[in-house]
Amino acid sequence: MKLHYEVPGDDLSLAGRASTEVKRALGRLGIDPVEIKRVAVAMYEAEINMVIHAGGGTAEADISPERVTVVLADHGPGIADLDLAMQEGYSTAPESVREMGFGAGMGLPNIKRNADDLHIDTALGLGTTVTIVIKLKTG
Amino acid sequence: MTVRDIVSTLEGVLLTGEELLDTDIKAACGADLMSDVMAFVKEGVVLLTGLLNPQAIRTADMMDIKVIVFVRGKKPPKDMVQEAQDNGIALIATKYSMFLACGRLYEAGLRSGGTRDIQ
Ligand SMILES: Nc1ncnc2c1ncn2[C@@H]1O[C@H](COP(=O)(O)OP(=O)(O)OP(=O)(O)O)[C@@H](O)[C@H]1O
Ligand SMILES: [Mg+2]
Repeated sequence: MKLHYEVPGDDLSLAGRASTEVKRALGRLGIDPVEIKRVAVAMYEAEINMVIHAGGGTAEADISPERVTVVLADHGPGIADLDLAMQEGYSTAPESVREMGFGAGMGLPNIKRNADDLHIDTALGLGTTVTIVIKLKTG
Repeated sequence: MTVRDIVSTLEGVLLTGEELLDTDIKAACGADLMSDVMAFVKEGVVLLTGLLNPQAIRTADMMDIKVIVFVRGKKPPKDMVQEAQDNGIALIATKYSMFLACGRLYEAGLRSGGTRDIQ
């Protein structure tokens, strides 16, 4: 099953819809709650990142019996130093974002901890594509 | 500790989630930044927060957190209460600050929280 979403970049209060819908779809498929939570948290962090750092983008979830693959693509500024960005506590989020509950610098580390596979393809001025794979043992 | 115990310990007001009053809560997480919440790996969690926006509800939803306490007398607007209700999440408002709310729950026997090694 393939699910596709446009993630608008202009309203943080609406962000998370794609992740919520993927979570519901996985629930209907009867997938293990622990695995669903890993998909949901990793995808939600990446979806929020796309909204607060990159002006929105697209999210695609591919669900098979063996794995869930989520691809989040944006045309934002890209990430200058990926190793630095992956470190816990590193954040370029401004105070306005912090007031909305983000900017701890924990999002990418949270994605990495929950994913079985994480690939980040980023280029300055062109954008970022985050690919998250979660394996399903129930499959 | 049940959700009912949390409401009484915090002299709180339950805004939605009657059906969760007997749910067992084993651990607490106090945070205003949602990625700190998502770094928290425990089951049966109550989230205490001063963040009054829909991302608090969505974060709880992603984390399978069933109870949120809004500290410092903050009361979420109707649409947030509705979103929580639709997703089976109980909301509690308390007059106590983050420090006092956490302290009262700890004293009442809710002791499990997260530790992380110093980086
Ligand atoms: N899609 C993206 N486009 C551009 N920059 C990004 C993107 N995702 C992450 N970044 C950069 O990487 C940094 C670290 O990201 P991370 O998700 O770990 O933390 P954060 O989003 O700043 O805060 P948190 O996720 O804890 O709320 C960000 O501050 C930002 O500079
Ligand atoms: Mg982030």
